[in-house]
Amino acid sequence: MTKQEKIAPYIFVSPFFILFLIFALYPILYSVYISFFKWTVSGPQGFIGLTNYKNLLTIDPFFFKSLSNTVWLLIFGSLLQHLFAIPLAILLNNGRDALKGRDFFKTTFFLPYITSTVSVTLIFAQLFDMNYGWLNYIWVNLFNQEAVNWLQNPDTIKSSLAIMLNWRFIGWNTIIYLAGLQAIPHSLYEAADIDGAGPIAKHWFITLPQLIPIIFFAVTMSIIGGMQVFDEPFVLLGGYEQMGGNMNSGLTSAFYLMFTGFKASRFGKGSAIAWLLFFIIFIMTVINRKITKALEK
Amino acid sequence: MVHTLESRARLGGIYVSLGLFALIFAFPFYYVFVLASWSNIYSNPPHVVFGSDLMVNIRALLTQVPFHVNFFNSLMIAVISTIGTIFFCTMAGYAFAKFEFKGKKPIMLFVLATMAIPPFLNIIPFFKMMVAFGWYQTWLPLIVPTLANAFGIFLMTQFLESSIPSDLLSAARIDGLNEFQILLYVVFPLAKPGIAILGTVTFIGSWNNFVSALIMLPNPKTSTIPVALSSLFVRSDGNFGGLMAGTAIALFPLLIAFSFFSKKIISNLTAGSLKA
Repeated sequence: MTKQEKIAPYIFVSPFFILFLIFALYPILYSVYISFFKWTVSGPQGFIGLTNYKNLLTIDPFFFKSLSNTVWLLIFGSLLQHLFAIPLAILLNNGRDALKGRDFFKTTFFLPYITSTVSVTLIFAQLFDMNYGWLNYIWVNLFNQEAVNWLQNPDTIKSSLAIMLNWRFIGWNTIIYLAGLQAIPHSLYEAADIDGAGPIAKHWFITLPQLIPIIFFAVTMSIIGGMQVFDEPFVLLGGYEQMGGNMNSGLTSAFYLMFTGFKASRFGKGSAIAWLLFFIIFIMTVINRKITKALEK
Repeated sequence: MVHTLESRARLGGIYVSLGLFALIFAFPFYYVFVLASWSNIYSNPPHVVFGSDLMVNIRALLTQVPFHVNFFNSLMIAVISTIGTIFFCTMAGYAFAKFEFKGKKPIMLFVLATMAIPPFLNIIPFFKMMVAFGWYQTWLPLIVPTLANAFGIFLMTQFLESSIPSDLLSAARIDGLNEFQILLYVVFPLAKPGIAILGTVTFIGSWNNFVSALIMLPNPKTSTIPVALSSLFVRSDGNFGGLMAGTAIALFPLLIAFSFFSKKIISNLTAGSLKA
């Protein structure tokens, strides 16, 4: 091997590390430092230790509100949808040979995922319109219910956000589970056929256990993404000024972080929010890992 | 006979359920183009067929925001990001796919691990850094930091492992090409199918990017499409025809790109889940 051949790979991967050091590692360490200061646009106003963290966890009313909103959205917007995605993937995979148009379904299911959050939100804002939106039209005329003021009522603000998140990610999760299903050896099902197992028993005893690693992956992605939701509530509920709409029902933790940093210009407190949120995501991922490990046994 | 009837009914049930979800996922895309063609988007029952006011709406949009400027900014940022990302990610992917070097495994694992870092963790210091660099209100913060990103490197490593014959590289070395020439004249041409996927995914990601643009280019008049449209919606005067036309235009390049490469993009974006 020539000397050039030995050095070349290091040079080829070096741009990643240069960019990572400058634009990721350095700012991450710097944000730890900032979080210990009272720090605004004009610069640091003094070292205050853990006060930013202490205030957020004890007296800040918005932080807890934002956290409970985020966890609610995580459950109803990001986690429950796996109960739809897995059966949909099984349907898509079913009748392996008989089902025509699988590629059409895959493309259609995937489309919401590649669409910009802003476009999605602007379209849904029209679907949610109280007087002229499709959602209320169906709700009132098909189900005989009262028209709902989706974007004003504190409870339905959250539902609206959850509907958008479900719409955007169910298809993505379905496609991930479909890839997982296609990797399950067919022989497992044939053995179950000989034992006379029905379709539900087969999915319960073969499909789900085989899918556990994929479920872990998909749920981890949902946790990481779901805990950082910002674009949708920001655009749907009128930007920084409205702080998540009526009674801050749409104020997520990432939204509060952005508000604190870029609207209120309180960089120290904002960095402390970022680290608390990171810590919470980390704990949730560890719990997810523990549950997965227990289920695998 | 009974069996076929039963399985036919089952297949029919599968089509109905999948079709219902497909309708739910596809309808908003159709609907935005419908709304873009009505100057009064409000109607009861809501619009479902196309109107004839598309040009009226586009003209209205141009009086509300300089949409041609936003479009140009979004396009240029996405194109430059895409070209640069293709170069740096193919280069690093080639190193991981075709070289044996000391520390390769841990370096590769490290690159992959960086994907798990939540992006907002460094967002406040990143903003301050960009101001200090003089990059605030320029395109650079939206282009430079992600040029050599872990996802792209991983994608190209996967692709190049199987598509570049090692014999060819040896032959090129015997012919006296240096390592950089091999990258340019042997690897890049052979990497074209992988580059098409990475390019499409990078373009879509950049075109859709909202948070970085909101922070770095906060003025809607000189920003990208997502920032301009969201600000137009937030300070709404209730005239949403122009806004819907802008949203439809913003979606158009995506739908085109995706319709060409959907199969490949889907299989490559989900490939990572099986390896995890």
